[in-house]
Amino acid sequence: MKALLVSPLLIPLATLVLCLLARRSPRLVGALSLVGSAALTSAGLALVGLAAGGEILAGQAGGWAAPYGITLVIDRLSAVMVAITGIVGLATVLVALARDTDAARGRDFHPLLHGLLVGVCGAFITGDVFNLYVWFEVLLVGSFALIVLGGGRRRLSGTVVYVVLNLVATMMFLLAAGLLYGASGSLNMAELAHLFASGEVPATANAAVGLMLVAFSIKAALFPVFGWLPASYHLAWTPISALFAGLLTKVGVYALIRLVTLLWPDSGIAHEVLLWVACATMLIGVLGAAAQTEVRRILSFHIVSQVGYMILGLALATPLALAGAVFYLIHHIVVKANLFFIGGIAARLTGAERLAAMGGLYAHAPWLAILFAIPALSLAGIPPLSGFWAKFVLVKASLDASAWIAATVALLTGIFTLLSMSKIWNEAFLKPHPGGEGALRRVAGLRPALWAISALAAMTVAIGLLAGPVMDYASAAAEQLAAPQGYIDAVLGTPAR
Amino acid sequence: MEIVASVTAGLLVAIGIWMLLDRSLLRVVLGVVVLGNGVNLAVLLGGRLDGSVAAFADSADLAAAVNPLPQALVLTAIVIGFALFVFALAVLKRSWELHGNIETDRITAVAEEPAPDLPAEPVPAAPIAGQREVRG
Repeated sequence: MKALLVSPLLIPLATLVLCLLARRSPRLVGALSLVGSAALTSAGLALVGLAAGGEILAGQAGGWAAPYGITLVIDRLSAVMVAITGIVGLATVLVALARDTDAARGRDFHPLLHGLLVGVCGAFITGDVFNLYVWFEVLLVGSFALIVLGGGRRRLSGTVVYVVLNLVATMMFLLAAGLLYGASGSLNMAELAHLFASGEVPATANAAVGLMLVAFSIKAALFPVFGWLPASYHLAWTPISALFAGLLTKVGVYALIRLVTLLWPDSGIAHEVLLWVACATMLIGVLGAAAQTEVRRILSFHIVSQVGYMILGLALATPLALAGAVFYLIHHIVVKANLFFIGGIAARLTGAERLAAMGGLYAHAPWLAILFAIPALSLAGIPPLSGFWAKFVLVKASLDASAWIAATVALLTGIFTLLSMSKIWNEAFLKPHPGGEGALRRVAGLRPALWAISALAAMTVAIGLLAGPVMDYASAAAEQLAAPQGYIDAVLGTPAR
Repeated sequence: MEIVASVTAGLLVAIGIWMLLDRSLLRVVLGVVVLGNGVNLAVLLGGRLDGSVAAFADSADLAAAVNPLPQALVLTAIVIGFALFVFALAVLKRSWELHGNIETDRITAVAEEPAPDLPAEPVPAAPIAGQREVRG
């Protein structure tokens, strides 16, 4: 069991090393990368199986008892995040294995991808604030190298924006961690939760937590600090921007959920602020998308607006709302990554990323049209796809909590999302290609990418049709989040194993 | 000494933010470094900075000992910060080469340009080395 606890770190790390050792043979690197991400997926699913029973797995690095050592904790939320990380990682590797216009960038991609996954998984399973900072840096270094992969003027300018703003956010987090330690004398999340609950911390500790939440908000691209995201994500290589779109902002969302539920479990002024931030994020994100004319830029703004829904669930803080936020996380990562993958294939088939220069895909590639329709409708919240249930639960939770404005904004955002998706549909799929039939391209060697997007689309449908079991799991995860005592006991109560 | 260090940390953070707001990317990158040092100093201040005894568990006078934990944290942060600074410098150099200019306004304007059309697809008859195994 202890091996399973550290497997989300060891598997990508081992894959990274093996990929570097095998770098002379691109074929071997591809195979290793595929096996590594499949192994991460199975480890994640095994963890979900273990965590589903309700036990919180906790381990202490080096056998140093909490709160002195570095703690690794896996509860239901962490387990499902690791599993979904593996799934999106596997899909990204498959898409990257499809034949590309520029073979060179595929070579460095795989080791960097697994380096990124180490950081993401580490952030999901750590139980220590400073350790969380370290994992953020690990994933940041990987993402810096990935976003600039392939080079070029435009990509480099996006990288500048991404690097500077993420560095500032990370420093803010580091400062907050230092101040929190100074004020409370602990960095272990479970001990902090215990200290906060028993009121043994000075009020200044709350200021440090507030600063930390601001830093996570930048990472999660919340209003008003989301500007870096739509300025950089659309410039990376397609599989990479899909991976970032699916996973990276969600690490920030996860950190927000984890810290707020542990340290400030009772509804307070922070929840009030988060509620308004969530509403503004949903609305501004979706309105920003309406002004865009390129597929990936539209989708980037939709990431911002969708993050607002998850924060809405966190801000309402009822068990139902938290369950909705967890459900939304699961659904969103799958759908968003898939839309970016499909956008990349659509761009290659039409030879352009601007909607004005695209067209004719419905007649040219009807299978792609169907594969686009599934995640697009799911994103907008059309039943019976996964997005409908996610939005339904959150709107119901807002109505239960008498948050009328939030419920209205959530519904309005859904309508605007549908408008955005129909814009892409009309321009890229229905309208004839401006260059005539002959301008549409035949692209060879896309088969692995098609497997990946079909599998993700099937997952979207499956989450929608089997919403009951998924919702049960999300509710159980929300129960653990709403009652942090279980988490505290699991970390502090049991002796080091 | 803690007062002096606190004021210094505050000043460094202020200077760092001021430099981050500059138009020149060079100053922005240096601003990140200054900000990082200010933050590191602040983290170091999180524990007892004023100590006269080294921190060993068996030392006689624990109350006079420095707190070793912030030192360990800052050491980690310095190493990470150094690596990120090197990456930022590489980005700066490449920006200078590609844009011939490191005005932040110009650089962000490039990111907002409409996307160029994609290059032609490679001819399927000439497979690219290392890309074929994916068929299996």
